[in-house]
Amino acid sequence: MPGPHGFDIDSVRQQFPILDVEINGHPLVYLDSAATSQKPQVVIDAISNYYARSNSNVHRGVHTLSQQATDIYEETREKTRALINASDSREIIYVRGTTEAINLVASTYGRQNVGEGDDVIVTAMEHHSNIVPWQILCEEKGANLKVVPMDENGDLIMEEFDRLLSDRTKIVATVHLSNALGTINPVKEMFKKARTVGAATLLDGAQSAPHMAIDVKDIDCDFLAFSGHKLYGPTGIGILYGKYDLLSQMPPYQGGGEMIASVTFEKTIYAELPAKFEAGTPHIAGTAGLGAAIDFVNEIGLDNVAAHERTLLDYSIERIGSINGVKLIGNPKHRSGVISFVVDGVHPHDVGTVLDSQGIAIRAGHHCAQPVMAHFGIPATVRASFGMYNTTNEIDRLYEGVQQVFEVFG
Amino acid sequence: MNDLSDLYQEIIMDHRRNPRNEGLPADHTHTADGFNPFCGDKVSVAVKIEDGSIIDVGFSGEGCAISMASASLMTEAVSGKSIDDATASFEAFRKLLTDGDTSGGVDLGDLEALAGVRAYPTRIKCAILSWHTFKSALENDSAPVTTE
Repeated sequence: MPGPHGFDIDSVRQQFPILDVEINGHPLVYLDSAATSQKPQVVIDAISNYYARSNSNVHRGVHTLSQQATDIYEETREKTRALINASDSREIIYVRGTTEAINLVASTYGRQNVGEGDDVIVTAMEHHSNIVPWQILCEEKGANLKVVPMDENGDLIMEEFDRLLSDRTKIVATVHLSNALGTINPVKEMFKKARTVGAATLLDGAQSAPHMAIDVKDIDCDFLAFSGHKLYGPTGIGILYGKYDLLSQMPPYQGGGEMIASVTFEKTIYAELPAKFEAGTPHIAGTAGLGAAIDFVNEIGLDNVAAHERTLLDYSIERIGSINGVKLIGNPKHRSGVISFVVDGVHPHDVGTVLDSQGIAIRAGHHCAQPVMAHFGIPATVRASFGMYNTTNEIDRLYEGVQQVFEVFG
Repeated sequence: MNDLSDLYQEIIMDHRRNPRNEGLPADHTHTADGFNPFCGDKVSVAVKIEDGSIIDVGFSGEGCAISMASASLMTEAVSGKSIDDATASFEAFRKLLTDGDTSGGVDLGDLEALAGVRAYPTRIKCAILSWHTFKSALENDSAPVTTE
């Protein structure tokens, strides 16, 4: 039935072929979109069509196919620019994913601008991919990694952030939407404060990009990292957005073909943006898929997706939270996309196996956020995360699945 | 389709509810810690060895039903055995989990209850963690064991 803005869950679901797959004799209930989203047919077709009809290398050949491949590659860059409201498509750098985007910034901007005794600030709810690159940088430079703590609800303690900020702060890198708790952080406010001490800002948008419109001008971040595969696109392609002036001043990340203007054995002149950061033959098919994913998401409308997922989130908090013996982890003020919970006396891994036997795919573990688990004093949680294709009926299946866990482990 | 009751057999559920040899013997001669970074399971194993035989063994840790039951079953399986026999049991158990092979001539006893884990490749590490940790303790390897 169409929703208020023409969001029709049945027609959305029909576009995802994997939803017809049976798992262990049951219709798949896919509640692991925070790990990776499923792919609509248009994305699968775009990749397949690219290889069937347009496969060639980009920016090299004078022949027609090379031009077609280049067009596909550059059209997706422009679509990405529009998606996040960047000023200039040269601010859009293709990378493998969020992890590579953050590593790129740490290795280039970070090495250039962070020195001994300086601070890099992250939050207590970062994914390991927004911790480890900064740790490596800080270790190399003799700098300090400072962590904004969170409270028992899973909200950042903003007074502590204020206290950590100083003229030694060179970079503030924070997650927009926590993959383990679903917390939406007040990043606009944080980045505004970061600017007052002259720090550069990086937004980890891996989880937020599929759930809400990200406007890099409004948030005013210096860098934004996100992955195609959580945004209904393929794996292996992701985006680093950076402000033009910053990207221009940064040294290259990797050397090779594509990123040069001229090479002699004495000296190499680097290419202009964005090519400077795109050494080697890129994941062209990935950009074909990502372009199709962005078109697909735009057609459905991220606002419609957000409204639908809000219904799912509220329903799951009420339904799963009401089960005796289930404890929801985190109760942030602003949240989206995921619920994390533990079941009394049953390890999340065992919960995951019992649910899987009923065709229900959830994530059990530390979600690459071990400091979050340590904060709540638990080794792991069960996480159900939502995509545009999920239904309240599937949350009922999860509810029944948890009842089955009690039967097995009673 | 996998039947859950093959995985969570009664023996396993019993060892999970009532773990045997929980706690590390104070007068142990060998000890090691194990960790599975994939799921966060942790186990410590301590062994008292005299004249090449395992006089006492205990474990502590936290983890899923499979890892904790396997640790409990492991302590029962090696208790009182010579180091060589315990090592043979480990090899036979590993073969059971990875190949389904029971042809080694070693009587695994209750350990065979864990054969169902073979159908769940992601859970094999849970079942084997305590054994790797035990073996590491025998070798007195001070580095923590991981399943990765």
